[in-house]
Order: sequence, then structure tokens, then C-alpha cells
Amino acid sequence: MSARNPEYDFKWCPGCGDFGVRRALEWALEAYDARHEQRHSMNVIVAGIGCSGNMVHLLEGEQPFGLHGIHGRTLPLAFGVKMSRPELNTVVVAGDGDFLSIGAEHVGPQAQRNLDIACVIMDNGVYGLTKGQSSPTTVIGAKTTSTPYGKIEQELNPLKLYMAMGVTFIGSHYSSKPRDLAKLIDQAMDHKGFAIVHVQSPCTTYNDTYEQLKGDPKKGIPPLVYDIPVDHDPTSRQAAADLLDRPGIPLGVIYRSEQPTLEDRQDEIRSKVKAKTAEQLVASYSL
Amino acid sequence: MQSIDFLIRFAGDGGQGVVTSAEAFARTAAQVGYYVQTFSTFPSQILGGPTMSQVRISTKTVLSAGDQVDILVAFNKYAYDTHLEDLRAGGVTIYNAEDFQLPPGGPYFGMKVDEIAKSTGNARAANMVVIGAVASLIDMPLDYIEAYVKKRFSRGRPEDQQIIESNIKAIRLGAEGARTSGFHVGQLAPPTPPTYPQIMITGNAALALGATAAGLDFYVGYPISPATTVLVWMEQNLVGKGKFVYQVSSEIEAIGGIIGAGFAGKKSMTATAGPGLSLMSEGLGLAWMAELPCVVVDVQRGGPATGLPTKTEQSDLLACMHPAHGDVKLPVIAPGSVEECFYAGAQALNWAERYQGPVIVINEFQQAERTENIRKPDLSKLKVENRHVYKSDNGQDGFKRYQDWFAGEEMLPMPLPGGPGAYAANGSEHDEIGDTTHLPRHHVRLTERRFAKMKLLSDGHYEAEHADSPVLVMPWGATKGVAREAYEALRKQGLNVGWAYTMFLNPLPEKLLKLLQQKELVIVPELNYQGQWSGLLRWQDVKAKSITQYTGLPFKAGELTQRLAERVRRHTSSRRDAGVIT
Repeated sequence: MSARNPEYDFKWCPGCGDFGVRRALEWALEAYDARHEQRHSMNVIVAGIGCSGNMVHLLEGEQPFGLHGIHGRTLPLAFGVKMSRPELNTVVVAGDGDFLSIGAEHVGPQAQRNLDIACVIMDNGVYGLTKGQSSPTTVIGAKTTSTPYGKIEQELNPLKLYMAMGVTFIGSHYSSKPRDLAKLIDQAMDHKGFAIVHVQSPCTTYNDTYEQLKGDPKKGIPPLVYDIPVDHDPTSRQAAADLLDRPGIPLGVIYRSEQPTLEDRQDEIRSKVKAKTAEQLVASYSL
Repeated sequence: MQSIDFLIRFAGDGGQGVVTSAEAFARTAAQVGYYVQTFSTFPSQILGGPTMSQVRISTKTVLSAGDQVDILVAFNKYAYDTHLEDLRAGGVTIYNAEDFQLPPGGPYFGMKVDEIAKSTGNARAANMVVIGAVASLIDMPLDYIEAYVKKRFSRGRPEDQQIIESNIKAIRLGAEGARTSGFHVGQLAPPTPPTYPQIMITGNAALALGATAAGLDFYVGYPISPATTVLVWMEQNLVGKGKFVYQVSSEIEAIGGIIGAGFAGKKSMTATAGPGLSLMSEGLGLAWMAELPCVVVDVQRGGPATGLPTKTEQSDLLACMHPAHGDVKLPVIAPGSVEECFYAGAQALNWAERYQGPVIVINEFQQAERTENIRKPDLSKLKVENRHVYKSDNGQDGFKRYQDWFAGEEMLPMPLPGGPGAYAANGSEHDEIGDTTHLPRHHVRLTERRFAKMKLLSDGHYEAEHADSPVLVMPWGATKGVAREAYEALRKQGLNVGWAYTMFLNPLPEKLLKLLQQKELVIVPELNYQGQWSGLLRWQDVKAKSITQYTGLPFKAGELTQRLAERVRRHTSSRRDAGVIT
């Protein structure tokens, strides 16, 4: 069931990281609406397929518009929404399988265009909805239902991939601190350009990484997450690269760069070309 | 005796002026009031390769590319050898004597085209030498070509006069060369100019223009033959505030982009060919499922896989109508002439807005790049339909986009981002507000709703002639013209056969479907192996059979007439055997 619909027949498992991400997104949208004095319906959530994509039906309170499409294609859909209606606040929610496996081909082009949208990627390192297969971020050697004897493929480092592709805002966080995550998502939505907030959002059923992420002093397990040092300069590519060479999951803004967006470039060039009316175009073919 | 119809073919290597000669000759003829149709073939490579471009000119509307060549202009030996078989008895070849020689005595003569052009002081006037020679062979007044040259090169530049003079000299020298050869092909009847204004345009450009006239806002596409010209046209012409055109990274991105724009309230379109259509399959299913307006143009080439990128075929029909997995049958409009391309482009956008879903337009290589002079579209009479948008502000979450049924003659309004009625457009089966559900009653209701909406589109225009005949000929798409030529020949032979045609293949106009269902036999000439359209007609209780061809080339009128006549006679004799007629 969902907040508005008792018949909605999907639910996250108890303890799923996506609960925290949902709350963070709701808070971020509220803050964004208030600051920009916009109606909540100006927000469009483009959702991928998988556990995380169902967030679009599970948001509580006033509803934004939702587009829950097909597997791996959040970015093409968001591109269409944004470039046809640039005034809309367009946000992608997707998982590591949707965004980085089947949908990976779309990340590069949007980064090069600097499409002005924000993506919230929930990384649980597994295909949960299909019951526990390996995903691009599943670590090498891991046993999953599709790698019963251990995964034999190197895991992807998504943050380094985003850097290499030229994404202009890269944030990293985890689902257990929704207040901080909300602030990061809000910053990503405000960023002029292509922003990705990559969130560690554990799957309690198939890949429960809470203990590793938070650490357990009693068991002598150090936490994977760490706060980005206050002296980190996110506008420096070199500083960002150095940070990503450190082990662990950084929390905060890794990289940020102010570049013209696709819409800026469109305004600068194509929108200035004198409009051609249909009558003029027809007349141009006169004999 | 005068002839009303000539077919001139220019053949050689790409870059030898084959296409420019044909285009110049076509424009010359069209400007003085003849009807023309061009047809070209070229290989899938950047430069060179065997290329041919032909022009059929007539004093009445040209229905097909034409079968037999009256004049062949061969720029090289390979072109001569390849195209000789299409030259009619009494036809003449003009060959490029700088490239090869033929032994004396045949129905041909050589001309040193480049040398003659150089003698005028303008080496680029070679195509005018050729056109002058062609005109002379059919007694076409040289004034016509000179008028074309004057119009073409009067561009307000100081060198205009010199270019015009050298071109006119080239025309006259070409004509002189043909006269001294002693050959003569025929006498072209004077033109019978139409009383209405005309434009001269290709099929793909007409389609793009029609969509633009109907209010297209958003176009994205990926280069693919033979649909690239639509993308290039849009990049040049769909400009200004509020318009967006972009070359995206794949056809998957293209379909996603136009669905996103349709969801956001804009009129959106892409054009592709078979391989791209295959990649759009899943997206088209989403647009059908979530009921999001958008238009996909499929410019057919030979398939499957990479197939024949620069040849013609009508083998994408099944894929266009049933592009996706699951219960899907998309609206399909397949124009049958360059003029119809314009109205198909416009009507596809109207349909998408009206029934709130994806619409397919099928064009075809042979019609995409051919030039025709057509009646100038009267934009003041063009019907443009816009989305019925949800505006009421009384219950923010109260509006249910997917509730029971559309109201009366139109769909329930569609909420748009920024406005009231927020919902989730969902590719999973959903309930009234778009939330995912797997309950049988929702799947039953929404499946039926998606098909029932098609009723809103069944008012399409159609042609029917001698419809009381037990046998009808019913072509589709770009085969229309040649089938019409064949049908008229059958009637002249006295065969009892009727004609049916529409560009609205799905849904078929209601009255037309009823008519077809009453017939003993509906013969469908079509360019594919399986007989795709007749199969789809049989599915709708029409006794349809196909006459097929899958060479990568269009039908020839003569051959098609023969095959149709055989089929009609076979049917008539079986009726006689069965005692239906005596």
C-alpha cells in the first residue's frame, strides 16, 4: 500500500535504505519549493525500474508529477521532460542496476550536454526486486543467486565513472542520515547542470551492508563512510580525484563545476535563430 | 504524333552530376507546368558508386516512377551496360564520349560533355549540355531550360549574368550536338499547367513540413538512412523560442526524449528507419501503456538487421503496428504520395493529441527522397488539434487520469506538470491514478480502455471506386501510385475490378473496413515477402491476398498490371466454376 492508495501492491522490506532516501527526497523537495516559491506540481520525478523506482508511488504528502518508465531509460525520459519544459524541476530516482548497467550508455551524453537535472541513485549493490543477482557495484568474489560460486567481474566505482564522464555535480552519501542527505539532494537540484547524488542504500534482504558502512567498534569493524574533510575543495578536479583514491565512502560534495547547461547553449544559439513560420517554409518550396 | 509522357534516366558514378542533372531537368519541366516525379538509387557509401536518377515528365499527374526509359544518359560504361535493358525500343542513349566509346551503328551517340562545357567558359555547366541534348531529342523548347537557368542563377551577384550566359550557351551546344546526331525520340506535347499553385518537394521534407504546420514543438533523432533528411530538415527549420531539436545519442534516447516531451505537454516527433524502430520497441510500448502522445516516423528501407539501407521495401508494417511486446496495436498512417506525406505528418500529430498516445507514420525510401510538384498546401484549411489539458484546480490529488472512460467525443483531459491533477504516468499496469497494481480487474479495464480509444481515430478519409465489383485492388503506402496506374490499365482491359485505398491503416476507416469485408477478394500489391498488409486484413475478416515483390526496387506498372490481371481472371474463372456467374 502507499500513502494515498491502499491497493498499491508493492512495499520495501523492513529496514530498506530506500525509506531514508524517500524521506530525504521529500524534505529536499519541500525546501526547494519554499526557496523557489514554486508549486509542488512543478517537480517531476522520473523513476527507474527496480525497488528504488517505486519511490515515485511511495512519496508521502502532496504529490509531484511522476514518470515511471522502463528499465534503464530514466535519463532519455528526463531529457525529454527537461528540454521541452526547462522550468520544471526534474529529478531522476534509480538504482545501481537501472542507472549503471542497462542504463549506463545514457550517463555520458547527458554529462557532456550538462543537462540541468538531479539524479538520486540508490546503490544497494544487488538486484533486489529480481531476488538477489549481481549488479555492477556488487564486489568481486561475492556470492549472489547469479554468481553462486562468486562474482568474477571487477566491481564498478560509480563516483570515478561520473568524474571521468564529466558530470558537473557529484555528491555521495548514505541512507542512514536523511537530514544530511536531504541537504545534499537540495544542493544537487539547485546546481545548474547535471548532478548526481550517489547514495549507499542497503538491501537488508540480499546485501545488508549497514554494519560495514557504519562500522562496529565492538567487533573492531571500522566504518566505511567518512565525512569529507572541511578543507576539501570540490571545485578542484585534482582534489576530487585524490578524494576518490581514498578507500571508503565519502559523505558530501565531491566535485562541483559551474558550466553552461544545455539549455543555456540552446538559448545562446538556436533560440536566437529567427523563427520560420509554416507559411514561410511552405513558400520556400514554391516553383 | 505528340507524346504526353517521357522517362529520362541519368546514370553514372556519384559525383558525376547524375542527381543534379535530373533535379535541374525536373525543375525545368515543373516550372512550365509539366508534372514530374523523380526517382534515384545510390549505394550506401559517401562518394562515388553506381548512381542513377531519373525524371518522368508528363502532361498529367505522374503516378509512378515509370517502367521503360526513353532517353538514357550514361556517364560511364558500367552505367550503360547496367541500364540498357530498361531502354525501350526506339529509345536513345547519350553517352559520355570522354569516358568510353561504343561501336558505330547503335541507337546512341556520344558527346564530350566536359569539353563542351569548358568551351563556354564555365566547366560547371556540363549538366546543362546534357539537358540541352535531352530537350532536343524530345522537341522540348530550349526557352523552358533557359527560363529555369535565369531563375536559378539570378541571385543578385555580379557574376550572375556571366553564369547565365555560359549556361545558356551550354544548353544550345548540347541541343546542337543532339541535332547533328540525327536521332529523335519523340515530340513532347505542350504542358497543361494546373490551375492551382504548386510546390516542389521531396516526401521526407513534405512530412517534416506537415508536422511543423501542425504545431510540432520537439524533435529529436539519430542519423539513419533514409530518415536522416528529416533530422537535418528539423535542425535547419524548426527554430525559435519554445522549439527544441537535437541529435541524440541513439534511437533509444530518441524515443525516451519524445515520450518525456509528450508527458510534459509538448507535440513531439522523431524519424527513423527499421533498425532504429527495433530499438524504439520498448519505448513505444511505454507510450501506449502510460498513454503519452508522441509521433514516430519510420522511413522504410530493406530489412531485417542492417538490410538494404538505400533500397525500398514495405516490410516494416507488422513492426510498426505491433512494435512492442504485450497487447499493443498502434495507430499507423502510411502516405501514398509526396502530397499525402504532408498531410500524414500533420494528422499524426493531431491523432497523438486526440487519443493521447503514440502514432506511427510509415514512409518509404522510394517516396522519401523523390521530388514531385504537388498542390501547395493551404495552411488556413489545415486542421490542427491540441491536447485537452486538465485545468480544474478543485481537487489536487482528486483527478484520476485513468478513470473509467473518455467523455463523449474526446478523451478526459490530461494533467500536465506544473498544473493540477498530479499523477504518475506508469509503464507498469496501473490503477486510476497511475499507481502500480497487478489486480486482474485493473488489467482488464485498462487493456480494454487502450484499445477502445482507437475509435476516436476511425474517421479517416478513404478512396473507393467501382466498389460494387467483387474484386478490389488495395495497395498501401508508396505502392499507391504504381498500383493506380495498373488498376487503370485493368479497367481499360475491361476487367471487373474496383479500387480501395486509404493512408489510415490502423484504425481503418470504419466504413471502408465494412466495404472490404463484403468483397470476395481484395488484392494487395506490396513490397514484402510475407504479404504483411493482406495478413493484417485477413485478421479483420477481409478475404485479402497479396501480390508481393522483394527486390529492393518498386513495382513496375507493366509487370504489376499483368500479375493483377492474372489474379483477377483466376478469381473470375473460379466463380464461374462455382456457378456464381455464368
